[in-house]
Amino acid sequence: MSHPTTTVVLPTKGPLLTRTGWSVFMMALIAVCAVAPVLNLWVPDSSMFHMSTYAVALLGKIMCYAIAALAMDLIWGYTGILSLGHGLFFALGGYVMGMYLMRQIGRDGNYKSDLPDFMVFLDWKTLPWHWTFSDSFAATLLLIVLVPGVVAFVFGFFAFRSRIKGVYFSIITQAMTFAAMLLFFRNETGFGGNNGFTDFKRILNIPLATPSMRMTLFVMTGLTLLGFFLFAKWLVGSKFGRVLQAIRDAETRVMFSGYNPLGYKLAIWVISAVMCGVAGALYVPQVGIINPGEMSPANSIEIAIWAAVGGRASLIGPIVGAFIVNGAKSWLTVAYPEYWLYFLGLLFIGVTLFLPAGVVGLVKKLRGGDK
Amino acid sequence: MTPDLLEQGARRIQERQAALDANKSNTESGGRSASGSRIATPGEVDVTHGRILYLEDVSVSFDGFKAINKLSLDIAPGELRCIIGPNGAGKTTMMDIITGKTRPDEGTVFFGSTIDLLRYKEAEIAQLGIGRKFQKPTVFEHLTVFENLELALKTNKGVKASLFFRLDSLQSDRLADILVTIHLADSVNRMAGNLSHGQKQWLEIGMLLMQDPKLLLLDEPVAGMTDEETARTAELFLTLKGKHSLMVVEHDMSFIRTISEIVTVLCDGSVLAQGTLDEVQANEKVIEVYLGR
Repeated sequence: MSHPTTTVVLPTKGPLLTRTGWSVFMMALIAVCAVAPVLNLWVPDSSMFHMSTYAVALLGKIMCYAIAALAMDLIWGYTGILSLGHGLFFALGGYVMGMYLMRQIGRDGNYKSDLPDFMVFLDWKTLPWHWTFSDSFAATLLLIVLVPGVVAFVFGFFAFRSRIKGVYFSIITQAMTFAAMLLFFRNETGFGGNNGFTDFKRILNIPLATPSMRMTLFVMTGLTLLGFFLFAKWLVGSKFGRVLQAIRDAETRVMFSGYNPLGYKLAIWVISAVMCGVAGALYVPQVGIINPGEMSPANSIEIAIWAAVGGRASLIGPIVGAFIVNGAKSWLTVAYPEYWLYFLGLLFIGVTLFLPAGVVGLVKKLRGGDK
Repeated sequence: MTPDLLEQGARRIQERQAALDANKSNTESGGRSASGSRIATPGEVDVTHGRILYLEDVSVSFDGFKAINKLSLDIAPGELRCIIGPNGAGKTTMMDIITGKTRPDEGTVFFGSTIDLLRYKEAEIAQLGIGRKFQKPTVFEHLTVFENLELALKTNKGVKASLFFRLDSLQSDRLADILVTIHLADSVNRMAGNLSHGQKQWLEIGMLLMQDPKLLLLDEPVAGMTDEETARTAELFLTLKGKHSLMVVEHDMSFIRTISEIVTVLCDGSVLAQGTLDEVQANEKVIEVYLGR
């Protein structure tokens, strides 16, 4: 090819985070690992700087939600696949952790039996097969990743191979979590029926209901959130991440460029599900209960709302969204409990109509930044 | 033998060789190299029979409507073939069949002598070396021009390879080369969605070039381009001819006149006429179809 010689400056791969990005990240890290523990554990109750146990519990919970929102953003914001079933993966991770916590109760339950209380109540004599590894913490950690991962893989493989897309996929995921909820509601499936698991006493033989244990879980959650954030940043910054965005924008072009979208969709779907499962596992010991209500369709929709409010296809967006919506929720459900659902609905409609890029998009716009 | 007889003989051999060379671009039988004893490498396009694409008796119907009807067509390696035809003649459907988007009801589609395209999926066909440009320019709007080209680059396209992919210097040079070829060197960092229509067409052509395909299918490549852009595109296609095989579907007759050797006229899903542009334009049947006499 003959053409005039021009020097072309190709862009080089940018760093994982910008300098400002790293400073904000380090501040968040310090806030989670140092400031919060000090304010909660060492600053006396009387001081105005004291961080209450309520605040620790609330923020810890919201950070779990933020992980779920981040996971949702990877599959919805970046790949364009709206899942309305992520609550299932969250709950699966939670149930795996819940089973372990039930076993940790030991003989301290109401019936003073080796079996969890609800099994004694159902007059079961032995543990069902799927509780086999529930007394091992290591196995529990493994299963927190494996159970949501395998469920997502099997579901995703068939859905993506059949090229189910758009609203059809969303409806099927919604049906999936609803079906799972009905299954978990049943007593004979061995998940504690509609009461689920609660009354946890210990984790790793250490009592749960102590300030230091609460703080430990809080810090663990914060570190997980920050870690997942960096991981997600790396993912979307790689060529893999750009293929995902390409699938979102023009899937046929991706195929005719020689990529098989199945592998890509499946990979991000499973990654997203596992992140959600980990969030659920961190959530359960902090709130002290897991029941099939976590799998209700409304919960999954809420995850999508957090991501939409914060801003899709920007990793910080869903985290911000989870904090805004849940902060508003914890205040509104106390102040005006009957109006919360109306507010949530209005928020979703408002954001969809007026803020397609979410709060983060609005901030970017106000600062005059392009892109 | 007398010296003049020897000279005559030598001259005859030369003439014969010259005639053979002149004919080579039309078609060749493959000669000895096409014998049954040659080695066929799986996945590699075998063009020893002088044809890179064969379609034979291909038919497909949608809800009873025969979009393609007993279509037979073949293209030589390095050929630039233009396809024209009225709307609904089956031009785009034919490309859909070649690229695996649509399965024909019957017929055979071969890439070279050995690769049966009907056995592959879209992504696999693209990797075998068939690139396709859509009628409506299809680029990744939220990615930059650079990222668009990088995605199209011929390389391992598996998930793991993409996770750890880094452009090496050879690939960077190629990318820069193509950026210059498609006149987008100044727009490397622009979002593809912000390009003009003509530039998007160019970007998509650039993405095809990054794939380094053996056969390019181009569906209305100059639609919406300015005259200058059209002229540049024609120039580009003429440089590609010979190295790649091209199949160009166009309505723009002056563009076709600039680039064409052989023009195939499709109508109602099968070949109506084939020849140089002048020949087909003089063809009674073609005039009838186009003017509706």
